[in-house]
Order: sequence, then C-alpha cells, then structure tokens
Amino acid sequence: MELTGAQALIKSLEQEGVETVFGLPGGAILPVYDPLIDSTIRHILVRHEQGAGHMAEGYALATGRAGVAIVTSGPGATNIVTPIANAHMDSTPLVVITGQVPTGSIGSDAFQECDITGITSGITKHNFLVKSAAELPRAIAAAFHLATTGRPGPVLVDVPKDVSQSKMEWWWPSGIEDLDLPGYHPDVELDDDAVAAAIALIEVAQRPVLYVGGGTLKSRASKELLAFAERTNMPVVTTLMARGAFPDSHPQHLGMPGMHGFYTAVTAMQKSDLLISLGARFDDRVTGRLDGFAPDAKIIHVDIDRAEFNKVRRADVALHGQVAAIISALDAGLKKTSKYESWWRQLRDWQASYPLAYDEPVADGPLRPQAVVEAIAQRAEPGTIVAAGVGQHQMWAAQHWRYEEPGTWINSGGAGTMGFGVPAAIGAKVGRPDRTVWAIDGDGCFQMTAQELVTARSEGIPIKVAILNNAYLGMVRQWQEMFYDERYSEVYLSPDLPDYVKWAEAMGCVGLRATNLDEMKRVIDEANSINDVPVVIDFRTDATEKVFPMVPSGETNDAIMVHPSQRGGAS
Amino acid sequence: MSPAAEPFVGATSSTPVRHHILSVLVENKAGALSRIAGLFARRGFNIYSLAVAPAERHQRFSRVTIVVDAESAPLEQIVGQLEKLVNVVAISDLAPRNALERELLIATIQVDVNNRRALLNDIESLGASIVDVDAFGLTVMLAGTPGACDELERRLDNYDEVDIHRTGRVALPRLGPRLVD
Ligand SMILES: Cc1ncc(C[n+]2csc(CCOP(=O)(O)OP(=O)(O)O)c2C)c(N)n1
Ligand SMILES: [Mg+2]
Repeated sequence: MELTGAQALIKSLEQEGVETVFGLPGGAILPVYDPLIDSTIRHILVRHEQGAGHMAEGYALATGRAGVAIVTSGPGATNIVTPIANAHMDSTPLVVITGQVPTGSIGSDAFQECDITGITSGITKHNFLVKSAAELPRAIAAAFHLATTGRPGPVLVDVPKDVSQSKMEWWWPSGIEDLDLPGYHPDVELDDDAVAAAIALIEVAQRPVLYVGGGTLKSRASKELLAFAERTNMPVVTTLMARGAFPDSHPQHLGMPGMHGFYTAVTAMQKSDLLISLGARFDDRVTGRLDGFAPDAKIIHVDIDRAEFNKVRRADVALHGQVAAIISALDAGLKKTSKYESWWRQLRDWQASYPLAYDEPVADGPLRPQAVVEAIAQRAEPGTIVAAGVGQHQMWAAQHWRYEEPGTWINSGGAGTMGFGVPAAIGAKVGRPDRTVWAIDGDGCFQMTAQELVTARSEGIPIKVAILNNAYLGMVRQWQEMFYDERYSEVYLSPDLPDYVKWAEAMGCVGLRATNLDEMKRVIDEANSINDVPVVIDFRTDATEKVFPMVPSGETNDAIMVHPSQRGGAS
Repeated sequence: MSPAAEPFVGATSSTPVRHHILSVLVENKAGALSRIAGLFARRGFNIYSLAVAPAERHQRFSRVTIVVDAESAPLEQIVGQLEKLVNVVAISDLAPRNALERELLIATIQVDVNNRRALLNDIESLGASIVDVDAFGLTVMLAGTPGACDELERRLDNYDEVDIHRTGRVALPRLGPRLVD
C-alpha cells in the first residue's frame, strides 16, 4: 500500500492506539493535517502550543498513557518547549511531533526553521529528525516505546515537510527488535543480592519510613505498596509527585514531605533510621539542606534509573528496577516484621501536636484559601481529579485535598511551571471524561494559559476552575515577606484586573465569584451542578495567607516552621 | 612492551590528576555527538579530551574516547547519565593505570636549515619523526603516550613559530591482570 509520509504518520499513531492528539497546524506540518480529517483520531485545536503540551501531560498523568501533541516548525515548536521541559522533569510520557522545513532547506535559515532537535536534546528522553518517509513508522513506534518504558519521558519527532509529502510503501515494525534501538534496554534483571541486603537492613530498622516518589505511580505499584506497607506496618510519606500513590485516608500515611510538607512527614524522615525510597529522587525540595538531611538514616534506593543512585544521597543499598517488581521481591523475601510500636507512639505524638493548621475562617471574607480547597474537596465526588498551577495554591491543593487513588493529582513538580493547571486539567478531562476535573489555580497562573478555556468550551470539555485569587504572585510575595523584610517587589497583580468572571464568560464559560463563606459554598454547589460547559470561580482569598509548614530554603529540615498558632511549644 | 618500559605513563602536567578514560560506542546518527557534548556541559562534567572515529568495521557505530576529569563529578554519575543516552550502545571505563593510552601530535616548526640541530635531537630522543620539510621549517609527528606528546610540546615551546595539533587520546585496556586503583 503506497501512502504519503503524512498518511503513514497518522496511520502510525493509529497503530499505537492513539485516540486523541492536541495541536495547532502551520506551514511545515500542513501535510499531516490533511489525512487527520479521515482518521479516527480526535484532534483538539488549542489556542497556544504550550496548551497542547500541558494538555498532553494532563492526559498522560490521568490515564498512564502517552500524551500526544502535534505542532508546526519554528515558533510552533519553540512554544511547546516549556511543556517538554516540564515533562522531562516529571518523567511524563509524551510524544511531540513537530513540523520541520524541507530537508533540502535545513540549515539555510529558511522561513520558520529552527533546530528543535538541538533545542530539546537536553530536555527530551530522545528525539528524532526523520529523513525519509519510509523511516516514519519506525520513528513513531520507537518514540512511543521510549516515552512509555523504563523511566518515562518526552520524545520529540521532527518531520520535515518533504518527508510528509513524499511517498512510501506502508510497513509497520514487527516488534521491539525492529525499532533499531541498540543502546536502549529498559528491562532490568532483579539483583537478588541487593534484595537480600535490603531485607537485612529492613529487619534491623526501628524507625523506617517508606519514602514514596513519582516512580511508584509511573510503575503502577500502588497495590504492591499498600500490601507491603500494611504487612510491615511502616509509615508512608508521599512526595508532591506521588500524591495518590497511597491513600491519604490510610492511618499509616503521614502525608507529604518537603519544603511545605506535613510536620510529621518531614520530621519522620529526619529522625528515621531507614528510608526506603520508592521511585523518589531526593529532590532538594524534599531534602532541604542536604548535609543535615535524615542524618541517621540508612538508605534503600529503588529506582528504574541507575543514574539516580548516589546522585544526591549515597545509597546503602541500590535496587535497580521497576518499583512494583522490587516491592514484591522485598515482600516475598522479608521474614521478620515488626510493629514499630515506639516509633508509632512518637509519630502519633507529632501528628497530635502539629496537624495541618490555618487561621479560623472569617464570616465575611476574605476567604482562607485552605478553606476553599477543603470546601471543594468536601463537595467533590470520590475520584475527582485535581490539577494545580504553581505557587501557594498548588501547595494548599496538595495539602488540603485527600488523594485516594493514582492519577487524581496532576501537577508540575520538578519544573514548577506556572500556567500548567488549566491546560493540564483539560487534558485530564479528555483522558478521563467520566471524572470531575477541578483545576485549582492561582490568579497569576490563570493569566498565563487561560485562553485554553476557549479550547475547552469549543471542544466540549467541561472542567471546573477554582482561582484562588489573592491578587498576588503569592508564593513570591510570601518569600519577600519572610526573607526580604516585607519589601514587595513586582508581585502585586490586582484582584479585579482582569475581571475573571467577565473573562470566563467571554470564553463561553460560566463565571462565578465568591467573596465570603456563604458565597463560597453556594458557588461550589452551583459549579458542581454544571456539567456541560467549563466553570470558572473567582475566589477572593486573603493575600496575607502563607503556606505552612515551611522549611526555609537553605536550612535543614529540622528548621521546619509550623503555623504561627502552633509555635512556642514546638520542638 | 611491558608497562614499566613506557615513558611518561600516567598523570602529567597537562592531564588532570584524577582523570578517567571512557570509551563510548555510539550509534553513528545525526546529533549523537552533540548529545554527548551537551550532556557533559549540562551536568557540569569536564571533558579533558575527546576523540571520535568510525568504530571497527561497522559504519553503524562510532567510538568516542573521552578523557574525563573525575574530580568534576563522580565517575558513576558520568557513566550513569551517559548510559541513558539512547544512542549510546556501550561504555567501558578505564582507570589510567589499566589503560594503554596513545595520542598523535603533529607540529610544524619554522626554523631555518642552519638551526635545526637541537630540534633534530629532540625529535629523535622522543621517537618522533619528520613527515614534511622545506627550507623554512619542518613538520614532525609523534604517536605516543600522552606524556611523550606533552614532553614534545614542552620542548617545542622554545621555538617562536610553532603550530601544534593533537588528536586527543585513544585507549585500550592493558593485557594481563587488572591493577586496582
Ligand atoms: C513560568 C513561571 N514563571 C515564574 C515562576 C516563579 N513563581 C513561582 S510561584 C509564582 C507565583 C504564582 O502566582 P499565582 O499563580 O497567583 O499563585 P499563588 O502563589 O498566588 O497561589 C511565581 C511567579 C514560575 N514558577 N513559573
Ligand atoms: Mg496569586
């Protein structure tokens, strides 16, 4: 069967089981958009290519499948660089297809030419510049294989216009061996000696902590984790990237560790004598100042990426492989278990002394942002998906919502990309149309990518957006208040410029506003009753609210600051 | 030749004290080399020298010999990050004491016919050879240990007009039992 490169590209996506792609056409990718008309694949036309990238990420994080974006060359390609970098930091499987100028023009500074494989070489797991139509099926199959296996990540396929226009005889790679990836071996054999060494450490530990990272979700290891945690009675912490990997309602769950983590989660790690890291990477936002991090802890480091071992913290035992398989191996090999009674007494003590705290709500506003998150959560049906932007609101969403299952928390962790929330929520809703999807966004973030609500409205993707409108780049404001003598530099945004309700309405969404507790409950109920169009709520929140607990940057986790109301008796 | 008979083995003035040699087999594909160079730059690993050529009979692969400064990052990190590059097929790392290192130096020295005595002595004593010559100068080459190349370079510094090019080293493991660092 003779096809054009463009037809072969679309057919290859169909072969990979792709149902939805996010994108925006232009010159170099034009040939690819023609066969799309005849394809079963749904294309979602975004308003900015950054939106396409974050939607693909949201889709991937909600479904566990690769998200796909298609954009044109030059500015189309550079506009999607931020989501690619974001996906790289968070190991999110993406396949990004970019148009490129014809092969004969590459290197001539042709119109809308840019070296996107060069630009993205440090922020992709891999990328390809496809030189002939016949190579396209293999490039696409390899891109999906690379994006979704091993440590997942973004893969970019750059397709010159003449390649998509020329003819090829259709073929499809017969299997992985046919992908021509001699340097890629994602399957790892379990090291029995290392498993035994880990078990030996576990059997003598008195204050262990299961330090659960995003790799646990990527490895779909939640079931194994739950079984292992319950059998061993070990306390669990879930990082910002792992929220939902272990139920927040579970009594063994101490919550999130890190700069804005729960006191008990942070302190348990600090005082632990054995950290079992499950697909976590000892990020500086978790460890605080490294030389004072968990000083007495031995480390069992489980990761699919060997380069993570000893990168930040020396591992006593490194276990290379998929988190799920390794937990099962540990579970099978472990003979002696303990109840860790005195450890639990200590942990329960800390939990009782330093629960998450915030100031009492005041009846007629401004709203406490933490209370808004809790009110939405209380009124949300189980399984609701939350996507966040980046800033204070993100931390409150991570702290005050209870995540019970994988794929319900979608955020930008490693890169901290403002503007992630709205498009990621849209992508998640496309991937999981059966679920309610809330974006919990900041006013600053919202202004970066809000135009994608036009996409949501026109494509019939009814997400709900809660703007925690504190009129500030709040997280930066918090640092300036605490560490720069309250010298506020370029952080004020205004509560009503833009008018978020009118803006929402202009984009075909329902716009609501709440300035006090009564309105807050009413508009949340109203938003929950609307299921055909996107809803945006402008919650007027207190600009002076700060995120606590907080480990000041540059300090060890021992310097954790709890909420002001809890200070004085603090250890 | 036994290791002891080799002149200038090991660290010399121009080699970082804790260097390590990585012999990296990469797919001969567009961008593969820039990925390696980019990785070193991005992660703050220092490259001391780098030599690339098609590997063995296979046109499919190239051999990149990288001398890394093992002070700038733990070797384990450098190797681990390199391994993740999809185009990298195999890495062997060699501690200098287990490696047989060789490098090529060529140099043109402008020196007239009447003043070549000392230069010719140097060339001979270091085992270099003359590959080109005219009335105004000569071109010499030395294929030898990095140390021998360093020594020749040092001696050539005495001349006013010299153009020296070095290839960066290639290396293979020594035969016989491995020495432990
Ligand atoms: C693209 C981008 N630019 C700048 C920053 C730095 N930054 C981190 S949080 C923040 C403020 C976010 O403001 P807003 O969305 O209103 O959230 P808030 O902290 O007020 O809840 C800024 C500017 C960032 N993370 N990303
Ligand atoms: Mg704000």
